[in-house]
Amino acid sequence: MFKDIFRKPKYITINSSPTSQRNLSEPTQVLEQTSTRKELPDGLWVKCPKCGEVLFKKDLNENQRVCTECSYHFRISARERLDHLVDPGTFEEWDQELESINPLGFPEYEDKLEEARNKSDVSESVLTGQGKIDGLPIVLAFNDEKFMMGSMGSVTGERITRAVERAIELGYPVIIFSTSGGARMQEGILSLYQMAKTSAALGRLAEHHLLYISVLTDPTFGGVTASYASLGDINIAEPGALIGFTGPRVIKQTMRKELPAGAQTAEFNQDHGQIDLVVERAEIRSVLARLLRYHQEGAGYGSTL
Amino acid sequence: MAQHFDFEKPLLELEQKIAELQKFSKEKEIDLSPEISKLSRRLVRLRKEIYENLEPWQKVQIARHSERPNFYDYAPLLFDEFIELKGDRLFADDRAIVGGIASFQGIPVTVIAHVKGKDTKENILRNFGMPHPEGYRKALRLMDQAEKFRRPILTFIDTPGAACDLEAEERGQGEAIARCLQTMSNYKVPIVCTVIGEGGSGGALALGVGNAILMLENSFYSVIAPESCASILWKDPGKAKEAASALKFTAQDLLKIGVADEIIREPLGGAHKNVKQTAEEISKVISQSLAKLREESPESLKTKRYEKLRAYGEFEVKVQEKLDCEGAEK
Repeated sequence: MFKDIFRKPKYITINSSPTSQRNLSEPTQVLEQTSTRKELPDGLWVKCPKCGEVLFKKDLNENQRVCTECSYHFRISARERLDHLVDPGTFEEWDQELESINPLGFPEYEDKLEEARNKSDVSESVLTGQGKIDGLPIVLAFNDEKFMMGSMGSVTGERITRAVERAIELGYPVIIFSTSGGARMQEGILSLYQMAKTSAALGRLAEHHLLYISVLTDPTFGGVTASYASLGDINIAEPGALIGFTGPRVIKQTMRKELPAGAQTAEFNQDHGQIDLVVERAEIRSVLARLLRYHQEGAGYGSTL
Repeated sequence: MAQHFDFEKPLLELEQKIAELQKFSKEKEIDLSPEISKLSRRLVRLRKEIYENLEPWQKVQIARHSERPNFYDYAPLLFDEFIELKGDRLFADDRAIVGGIASFQGIPVTVIAHVKGKDTKENILRNFGMPHPEGYRKALRLMDQAEKFRRPILTFIDTPGAACDLEAEERGQGEAIARCLQTMSNYKVPIVCTVIGEGGSGGALALGVGNAILMLENSFYSVIAPESCASILWKDPGKAKEAASALKFTAQDLLKIGVADEIIREPLGGAHKNVKQTAEEISKVISQSLAKLREESPESLKTKRYEKLRAYGEFEVKVQEKLDCEGAEK
């Protein structure tokens, strides 16, 4: 919902390579992109917004979209993340048939939904289902920022709530990867109450002594930070991810001064006690597997790992 | 001097004209009573016409009126006694959210409320009714007590939104709100939430997980402020009026959508025209709502609250991709 807030400052880098110059000479193409995805015109190369290195797109994707030079974590789609994380052939997607409508008759909402469906490879801002990590069964949800900035509408909230309820039935832990601008304003009060709905479902999960791990990725803001993303038994974040309740632009307006460097990053949030672990993308699978082992059925008092 | 809105101008002009005529007739000792009573009748009609057909944006203005009664105005009229309890035991006492124990028609209750200031000085003290994490954590502490001592919880919502400064981020604004949502959904005591003015986004919702959601006639409850919505969508905060209509956030809209359970009547022109009368109406509706909820078992209060949340959301279920709507689910 606060789509504009996340526009990061544009980085100018001096690089003598001809490809980089070509990029600089065609700024219009770059301006259309959100800053973290400054793709070069031919689509084969990507420039790292942090170190300025020009990366071969194929290499970048093979490295889970982490810069091979400086470890900058590019944004990644829900399906790409799923592919890297879940044991091959174990994922079963749920509730794909739920689709958004325009309950308030909000201007241009249908067009935006259509545009989001075409732009992304998901039918809503979250993808849910069950799968295995290192052989351990879990319920999973992944936000996708390409679908209306990962904003939470009725379907997002419903898919997450159903997934959590099924986890209770199955007795599985839940892991949610969040990336979102917050509640989706086009669905008004219904979006707002998805925050309460998802939080309540996770409350039920907790009552069943089932583990919930929240993995916060770039960016996670607003109503998502103020609901499911903050409620993990264990909160994990990706390095450098921007995480907060209010977007940096609004904070700047409120305080009438620049934010200190590094404000609202994963590391800032960890320093302020909001995040348990900051984990590199390449490590996340093994970290989750290790954590899951402590929370398997029968792993309670008196048992051995 | 009282604050008036543009849409009230015709009323003011008419009131002024009547006052002038009265003065003139008194000074000159001329009987103008037929004219005066004619104009007075017109005034009554016009008042009804204007106030009963308010646009969403006009309701926003009334809900944010500087003279709009706040929780402290209502408290002595709603409760036989209110004992304010302070602090979150972790960091500070937030003045944008107040809470305590009170006697509502003889029933012990826990009360949590947003409070906006009445003037600049008080608004600075209360951060314009925008709570920091310590406010939500105070609310949680007091609501936990309500659960412990089996007291119903009454919340009063009136905030532009949660505090949006860096301090709020440092202390975990998101987590504080999320924790309120989750914990409120777990309680086994009746929770009645009343929106008395502005229901601003997550900062309002944090006190809004109830068995009953009541709204004053001229209050609104929205996912985002109309100005912010307009500036994000149309890059023009000036289009707040259009956003106010599109967001469908008035008490009447929310009743239709099914989020609000009941609308509490306000005096013609808004709650500020008669605080006592408004308080009586609030008291009446809360009392009815509470009476019904007190018949429920603790377990059923919790289950029904969950089911209520569970029902929020509208979408369609497609049997196959690329197939047309197979029916909407509510």
